[in-house]
Amino acid sequence: MSLRAEYFLTDQPRSRMQARLGRAYRAWAAFRENKLAVLGLVIVLILVTMAILADVLAPYSAVVGGDLRTERLLPPSAAHWFGTDDQARDIFSRIVHGARLTLLVVAMVAVISTPIGLLVGTAAGYFGGWVDQVLMRITDIFLAFPRLILALAFVAALGPGIENAILAIAITSWPPYARIARAETLTIRNSDYINAARLQGASSARIIWGHVVPLCASSVIVRVTLDMAGIILTAAGLGFLGLGAQPPLPEWGAMVASGRRYLIDYWWIATVPGVAIFVVSLGFNLLGDGLRDVLDPKAQK
Amino acid sequence: MSSLAENESRGRSSSHLGYGFLPTPFRLCGTLALTFLGLLLVTFLIGRVVPIDPVLAVVGDRAPANVYERVRIEMGLDRPLYEQFFIYLKKAVTGDFGTSVLTANLVIDDIKRVFPATLELATLGTVFGTVLGVPLGVLAAVRQGRFVDQAVRVIGLLGYSAPIFWLGLMALLVFYAHLGWTAGPGRLDIAYDYIVTPVTGMILVDSLMQGEWDVFANAFSHAALPAILLGYFSLAYISRMTRSFMLNELSQEYIVTARVKGLSEFRIIWGHALRNAAVPLVTVIALSYANLLEGSVLTETVFAWPGLGQYITNSLQNADMNAVLGGTIVIGAVFVGLNLFSDLLYRLLDPRV
Repeated sequence: MSLRAEYFLTDQPRSRMQARLGRAYRAWAAFRENKLAVLGLVIVLILVTMAILADVLAPYSAVVGGDLRTERLLPPSAAHWFGTDDQARDIFSRIVHGARLTLLVVAMVAVISTPIGLLVGTAAGYFGGWVDQVLMRITDIFLAFPRLILALAFVAALGPGIENAILAIAITSWPPYARIARAETLTIRNSDYINAARLQGASSARIIWGHVVPLCASSVIVRVTLDMAGIILTAAGLGFLGLGAQPPLPEWGAMVASGRRYLIDYWWIATVPGVAIFVVSLGFNLLGDGLRDVLDPKAQK
Repeated sequence: MSSLAENESRGRSSSHLGYGFLPTPFRLCGTLALTFLGLLLVTFLIGRVVPIDPVLAVVGDRAPANVYERVRIEMGLDRPLYEQFFIYLKKAVTGDFGTSVLTANLVIDDIKRVFPATLELATLGTVFGTVLGVPLGVLAAVRQGRFVDQAVRVIGLLGYSAPIFWLGLMALLVFYAHLGWTAGPGRLDIAYDYIVTPVTGMILVDSLMQGEWDVFANAFSHAALPAILLGYFSLAYISRMTRSFMLNELSQEYIVTARVKGLSEFRIIWGHALRNAAVPLVTVIALSYANLLEGSVLTETVFAWPGLGQYITNSLQNADMNAVLGGTIVIGAVFVGLNLFSDLLYRLLDPRV
């Protein structure tokens, strides 16, 4: 065993820091075993890199097209790796810039829906009684809806656009998180340390925020990661229907839709963004599966 | 997988209710009523926050102020919100979702016209997914870690990662445009229109009943691609769930007993294990049927299939809110109903629950 592994894997850590690092090291070692999960991580990292370095990586503008007479609908070549679309825009550059939109949607939905789910779930579980009844009824109603249809109806009401698509997806994706947070809260709400905090006169809000939420967070976060592929697909679906990001934004779903008219003669316009959506959501699926096995001990056999 | 867990929780949504003192059927009806009420409340609120002024949509933007005011009162928009909701509720329960601005028909009539097409597609898809998915799942469980198992895993991953609208376009490109194996978008070629009188509205059924074989063949050729595509997604779900149910059953002691008795492996797997796994499987199939109704929104758009999904998206693009909300309510209601149905079926089939 190398010195480094010894430091991480010791059963007598000298500091909290060492203990935490050791736990992370073990998790990473378990994660690394799962080749598919590593592939997922690589895909997600490539997506993040593309989003950050979009301006450097993209050889052309994502929005402004080239010469409409000579550079329209060109097949893939050395100059245009993925060809050009009907507005003479370089598809590779649009894909690279589209990574930003995809990440934005995923991140924003996670940022909006996770706290809602956590709050509803922990409050329902902690207070119990009629609060639980009311909150869980509402959650069930949202769960009973078909998700895409509900998102469609919301976008219809709010008007098309990427912000409203994000909002609509967030509104429809919090209920499972509330369910999970509630279940976790029920298992810890009567534990001694919660009672101790209560005896010391801590307010309910303080107990929920300071003692319950941190314990529920990890399982909810695993679930959010698992949902990310679904979020990407829903956002792309809304984009495809013309209800998500509006032109000329290089959103992948909308790009597939714009290539539909040219499908038979100029197949690459619709094909390439579809492949991008597929690869990225595959990456998130693989990563989420791997993370669940590592972080969620209950899911392990 | 995320969607699996979600469907699980959807399927059991009525099991942890507070009013446990009531017998199960009443409890389920209570849940159903509450969920419907919630469904209508949400659609009502969506209808109220729309930036489109419903009065303007009727009178046009050049109407004088007094006409505008009169129509506003006629439409009941001057009343308090809760009163409006009650009126909305009363109408919705009787199936009155207002008039579609786009088609000038009653929304409910429009929905009656387009719904059979969606039903046809979703049914074909579920049949495809079940007929292939169950045996695949069983084989994957029996040959754990071997080729079939890996194949089921890959099918599942593709199903959960591929955007259905894109897969549809690719299928059209390959099987219709290049290979010419199937017919293109739409439900029928124009030459076959109006031959069959609509009875059920499902062309495949109607043409069979009326003995129009040419029409049946043409309709089938049109339906094959979208149905297989939708069915693929239910195949991914069903085969995965079958596998896990079968693994669960195969580890039970009665399997050991059956082996000790000297039963053939074939009878143990298909006769004993699958029979017990079939109980939760029925729920899964019902749920996947409900999911296909949802999946049909994107598929119908790609294949120009004149069903409810396309009706909703068309209405959306024309800001026809009555039609959108009516369609949403119908799909939501079918969804909720199927969830309840699968729950009841589960209770009926499994004597332990």
